[in-house]
Amino acid sequence: MTLVDIKGLDVGYVRHRQVQPAVVGLDLTVEPGEVVAIVGESGSGKTTTANALIGLLPANGRITAGSAVVDGVQTAGASERTLRRLRGSVVGLIPQDPMVGLNPTQRVGHQIAEAVKLRGLTGAAARAEVLEHLEQAGVPDPGSRARQYPHELSGGLRQRALIAIALAGRPKLIIADEPTSALDVTVQKRILDHLGGLVRDQGISLLIITHDLAVAADRADRIVVMRHGRLVEQGEPVTLLSAPRESYTRRLTTATPRLAPRFDVREKAVPDPILTLTEVSKTFAPGDLRRGDRGFNALDKVDVTVPRGRTHALVGESGCGKTTTLRIALGLETATSGSVVLDGDEIVGRSWNQLRPLRRKAQLVHQDPFATLDPKFTVGQSITEPLVSFRIGDRRSRAERARELLDQVALPASYLDRLPSELSGGQRQRVAIARALALCPDLIMLDEPVSALDVLVQEQILQLLTDLQAALGLSYLFVSHDLAVVAEVAHTVSVMSRGKVVEHGPVAAVFTHPTSPYTRELIDAIPGRRVVDAA
Amino acid sequence: MTRYVIGRVVQAGAVLWAAFTLTFAILYLLPSDPMELQLAAAGVQQDSLTPDQLAGMKHRFGLDQSIWAQYWHHLTGVLHGDFGTSLSQQVPVSDLITQRIGGTLTLSASAAVLSLITGATLAYLATFARWNPLRVFLTRLPALGASFPQFFVALFLIQFFSFQLGWLPATGNQGVRSLVMPIVTISVLTSSVLAQVLIKSFDQTLRQPYIATARAKGLSRSAVHLKHAFRNAALPAMTILGVLVGLTVTSSIVVETVFTREGVGKLAQESVLSQDVPVVLAVVTVAAAMFVLVNLIVDLLYPLLDPRISHTRGRVRPAPEVVPV
Repeated sequence: MTLVDIKGLDVGYVRHRQVQPAVVGLDLTVEPGEVVAIVGESGSGKTTTANALIGLLPANGRITAGSAVVDGVQTAGASERTLRRLRGSVVGLIPQDPMVGLNPTQRVGHQIAEAVKLRGLTGAAARAEVLEHLEQAGVPDPGSRARQYPHELSGGLRQRALIAIALAGRPKLIIADEPTSALDVTVQKRILDHLGGLVRDQGISLLIITHDLAVAADRADRIVVMRHGRLVEQGEPVTLLSAPRESYTRRLTTATPRLAPRFDVREKAVPDPILTLTEVSKTFAPGDLRRGDRGFNALDKVDVTVPRGRTHALVGESGCGKTTTLRIALGLETATSGSVVLDGDEIVGRSWNQLRPLRRKAQLVHQDPFATLDPKFTVGQSITEPLVSFRIGDRRSRAERARELLDQVALPASYLDRLPSELSGGQRQRVAIARALALCPDLIMLDEPVSALDVLVQEQILQLLTDLQAALGLSYLFVSHDLAVVAEVAHTVSVMSRGKVVEHGPVAAVFTHPTSPYTRELIDAIPGRRVVDAA
Repeated sequence: MTRYVIGRVVQAGAVLWAAFTLTFAILYLLPSDPMELQLAAAGVQQDSLTPDQLAGMKHRFGLDQSIWAQYWHHLTGVLHGDFGTSLSQQVPVSDLITQRIGGTLTLSASAAVLSLITGATLAYLATFARWNPLRVFLTRLPALGASFPQFFVALFLIQFFSFQLGWLPATGNQGVRSLVMPIVTISVLTSSVLAQVLIKSFDQTLRQPYIATARAKGLSRSAVHLKHAFRNAALPAMTILGVLVGLTVTSSIVVETVFTREGVGKLAQESVLSQDVPVVLAVVTVAAAMFVLVNLIVDLLYPLLDPRISHTRGRVRPAPEVVPV
């Protein structure tokens, strides 16, 4: 019997007394034991579909037509009571972001026990089963982990705890909503491998919701591509990727970055450095909130060189010190020892006021395009703020410059009066880039500039950065956890691990012939082997 | 944990000392002559006394000493529970306070409890009411309650319940019945403020992803609300709880005046009017002490409610204690 049978499903959100459609006429089935992946960009309706299945739509969400039968029970228009009987025991959910998916004020074990107790178990039997589920989810030392609070666990362990909660209801289907996009690539691989193994062993169906075609291709028996709430195309991964019928699917496959270095600078002369970090170390004092789990040494004698007019990338997993390195290079954080030379000027030991003129030479673009712009500033105000701050030009020349900058980032001049809330993620990141360009800097530091963006938008932004570099002769220091993205934009790379640079050199050399075992591990963990093989 | 507790207690002591010192400084700077007030209270003209007699009296009250000596004398006295002698009534201030503090404490404590109950209930109903018009009404209600001045609420209650219905006495502090309207008057304000914070906090908490996790487990609506939403939503409200309880103490000045109740609030009002410096200093110190105590209790409760608190300042994590899961 088909486990999930969705027919002609329409879901919408009520906004301003009108129903805005989010899912339109969707047909989708999941067979017992099958692994299905729904792939699409943000706003494609993939999460809405999943939420509709277990009646977890937000308050303004409405199923307006069609049917969604789960395990023989109609969920469209079902009462809360009916839905409750499905949740947990028939359908388990692994939510998107493990950092916020657990109740911060309850012990992890207690939260799993809740799900176990719903099946009627109590006392020692329930306790034993909690440990069993934690163990199944791949949590080492489940006994002591169960007694800890979520904030005491790493992101990967929290995700495993959430998997344990989903398993605890003994469901027939697990919905994993972007299960690992908040995690490092090596952790992601381990968790997805583990989850895949579990569902196969226990005969559970798995519905993976992801924006990452590569992740879907590696795991799923069947991929469903969605766009604007409609099903675009579905099929087996290899067929879908090698011979996509729809142009949208084709665009998705080509936009997915693969580990093919774009620039080869192995045999070219190295230009003069614009930024040189020499033996930079950073020690956070005991009691400092930022010292993290790893102890006191955030950076240990890090050497980084950014050649003029090129892109140097810093890659590594979260907590490896790449963002600290960037902050020190910008002078936002002071190094404990070592030297930072920006365009011939030493910046370590400079006071705020002495540093300020140098800020014109180096600018920053942040990771999160939704948080980086002041929501009350119009696009024009955001872009001209650096000019105002450095007292450059008058009102008219600034407006002129703003139009010029918008043109450089390929946004129409009419956007000058818009507020960030009226822009998409990609457009916001373009505005952030325009703001960074306002002072004509030589160097732009990019902190994970595309990791919050959909793959198609990501491709456009990476192309924009490359074009700007060619046109303006910019140098980039590019921080990313994503090796495939780095391969697309960077000339040279430093691989960081635990506050140290473990390997550095031209991207073409490091990614094709890695010398450090850590780099090799990172490369092996990249999803999308099947995409590459198929293409 | 011990360091956290010690830190909080030391901080509370420092705040109390600062409050005392600041009040002392302000009262000392007031352009009034304590001697003159004393004599006026005793019905004696200052001119009728010889300079020797005046000097003798000043000496008796320590008014001939330097400001530092007076400050030190007061501070050590307060630490021993001695607040000096009232200028207008010629009795020890500590006697005045102890006579009256019982009534005020009963009033404040009952008002605090009532605000807590009504505030939390109102917030809960406003958040979880399923009928939309009712929810809108309940959500707007606290804004209304917070905007009425207390003397207005008090006069309205007196007019309605005492004069028209004759159910409750309008004045005095005899029996429980005389407490009802003062308590309600204070609670209208404090429970509204509390409800406003709680409603907002509930609203935000229910949008948290861990609420979706809890619902996806198959928990019932009430289990999700009580086990997952309530405690997390209460955390931001805890912070203002200390302020609110303090507010019930300060509200007693207005309320005791309107309802002519004998209490510290009325004492404060009277002593300010008669410029009875030692009494004012004592009342402010006692009020500050209560304020500091309540906030200290809130601070100490915080780590019990939120396990993340005791770990913040980057200390070594204690080994998790063994409890059944």
